[in-house]
Amino acid sequence: MTLPRRAHPRPLDIAHGRVDLTHGGGGRAMAQLVEELFIKAFDNPALNQRNDQAAFDVPAGRMVMTTDGYVISPLFFPGGDIGSLAVHGTVNDVAMAGAVPLSLSAGFIIEEGFPLADLKRIVDSMARASREAGVPVVTGDTKVVEKGKGDGIFITTAGIGMVPPGVEISGDKAQAGDAILISGTMGDHGVAVMSQRESLGFETDILSDSAALHTMVAEMIKTSPGIHVLRDPTRGGLAATLNEIATQSGIGMLIEENLVPVRPEVRGACELLGLDPLYVANEGKLICICAEADAEVVLAVMRAHPLGENAARIGTCRADSHHFVQMKTGMGGMRVVDWLAGEQLPRIC
Amino acid sequence: MKYIDEFRDGEVARAIAASIKAEVDAGASYHIMEFCGGHTHAISRYGLEDLLPANVRMIHGPGCPVCVLPIGRIDAAIWLARQPGVILCTYGDMLRVPGSKRVSLLKAKAEGCDIRMVYSTMDALKLATTHPDQQVVFFAIGFETTTPPTAVAIKQAQALGLTNFSVFCNHVLTPSAITQILDSPEVRELGTVKLDAFIGPAHVSTIIGSRPYEYFAEEYQRPVVIAGFEPLDVMQAVRMLVRQINDGRFEVENEFSRAVTRDGNEKAKSLVAEMFELRRVFEWRGLGMVPYSALRLKEPYAAWDAERRWDVPQDTPADNKACECGAILRGVKKPLDCKLFGTVCTPENPMGSCMVSAEGACAAYWTYGRFRDAAPGDAEGPEPESDE
Repeated sequence: MTLPRRAHPRPLDIAHGRVDLTHGGGGRAMAQLVEELFIKAFDNPALNQRNDQAAFDVPAGRMVMTTDGYVISPLFFPGGDIGSLAVHGTVNDVAMAGAVPLSLSAGFIIEEGFPLADLKRIVDSMARASREAGVPVVTGDTKVVEKGKGDGIFITTAGIGMVPPGVEISGDKAQAGDAILISGTMGDHGVAVMSQRESLGFETDILSDSAALHTMVAEMIKTSPGIHVLRDPTRGGLAATLNEIATQSGIGMLIEENLVPVRPEVRGACELLGLDPLYVANEGKLICICAEADAEVVLAVMRAHPLGENAARIGTCRADSHHFVQMKTGMGGMRVVDWLAGEQLPRIC
Repeated sequence: MKYIDEFRDGEVARAIAASIKAEVDAGASYHIMEFCGGHTHAISRYGLEDLLPANVRMIHGPGCPVCVLPIGRIDAAIWLARQPGVILCTYGDMLRVPGSKRVSLLKAKAEGCDIRMVYSTMDALKLATTHPDQQVVFFAIGFETTTPPTAVAIKQAQALGLTNFSVFCNHVLTPSAITQILDSPEVRELGTVKLDAFIGPAHVSTIIGSRPYEYFAEEYQRPVVIAGFEPLDVMQAVRMLVRQINDGRFEVENEFSRAVTRDGNEKAKSLVAEMFELRRVFEWRGLGMVPYSALRLKEPYAAWDAERRWDVPQDTPADNKACECGAILRGVKKPLDCKLFGTVCTPENPMGSCMVSAEGACAAYWTYGRFRDAAPGDAEGPEPESDE
């Protein structure tokens, strides 16, 4: 008599179970976690081959590759979670080269004791974001670290994509006279995340702007393949990203405070916490630098896309050997918008 | 944003700027010190100096609580954080300030010390209730504004019978620092530094009121205008001071009348008076030893005083010799006159007090004002076109 062959006689207890060291040990428990949680959620032909690598055909041309690590606290925040953020962030890094994202990888470093229910929630959200973006997670890895050696869960990703012929977007291509555009309001993500940190205890309706921007980028490039620079102002916000580009391109910038869109709720929260919205992170916005002649049409394309409704022109690149990013303030004065020194910490008085 | 936008109206600012320009005596110069870091921050962040005539010079004073704390006190806080079982709590700004050997609380935290950033004394108190097996020390800093919340926390700890909560008290007093500046030889005797008028503190004055400034307006014959921290408050205060200087008056005027009264917050003042006493002398970074310029807990509250609970080191290591913070804080020098500015001393790696907080004169100048020194013509280009 033969028993029916079942690899895992008991299904994972998602509701009450916790990740333990066996889930990273390479044995049956790990195989079960991969099978019942990851493969089930991400479900795509390359992953379903169950190899240690994904094999797929690629078209000829110029390819981009990026890698990223996600260590956010709290893991769940208004408008997203670490899973969706990992997909959006990686897709955006690929898209900021003007590339069409093709596939992603995901590595999970999970702390012993992490609830399986939370893991499932994160993986499901990640799978949903990947399906919505049309960019599959084709290979992955799971590790479990002892309790106290990780902060719940860390996710690392890689992403690849193809650059359409004729597109040459790079952070060193901004030129004096170029227009500086942004795709929407600044600071939403950072404030949404901060509002959830226990020590702050303020309530807000602000949602993270976490979103995949590649479809908007595709539209922009279709209209104007000559865009010089695209970059998403994530950590360090608009200020850090503009400084990066100014340094890389060897130019200065002049922006105007009154033209930078910031939601009133975000302004209010920043006011309360002593933060400057220009330095607060975004996860679904981009900066576009293009020739003056292209500015209006690119702006129109951005505004026609659901993720670019509040797109605005905020300033102009100019010659400046100091590579200063300067801002005309709402008061009519001038200031430097500098790199952030260390972390942005609230002022006392 | 209501109650904020009204005080950041560019149109009104330009109107005030125009009237200041019309009223200043072209042959005279006006040296105005804003004492508070909050004003320094507003001036830099909104580029207000661009709106003022060239003969109105703003001197950034020492009113930044983080900046004036001497190295020895930071070392002492780090020493406390290193004691077994201690959780040290403080306000966020304080974490980055370097003590001896450039060790900051942030670096001590990375070494493994349990150091937490809190937004209020109540957060620290809460930690004490949730961590009964550990000693929670609140690293209390700041001027008269932050002293009452420290007092309230100790009162509550007393009421709750918390024995694992204490305060490392570094609260300092504004009027003594202003007096110290006015008494400095450059200002008082040599006359090498012109200091014509003061913009008085905003938040500090909500507590202490406008009365304490009356003494030195009279004694030192310098006009004072207490002003809020919004850009229009600062512009209006400058206009009021220009008028006082032109008229030869030296009065205490209150621009921040929406929040400041002559007598201040009686409840807060009496709580502080009940619980704290003056230290005979306290070291200020940049100003040196200033008599009767800081507070410590009175004997009945000794149980909550970290300096009595532990044998906290009282060393006073000196700042870098080349650092000009003291002279900058007194208005004798400008940030660019310091050899360290922008070379070895930057916001990422501050050497002296003025560079450590965004409110410090050097940090504000580095962050917001550097472009003024760009070579002529260097930073010129097409003005951005508005698409609104």
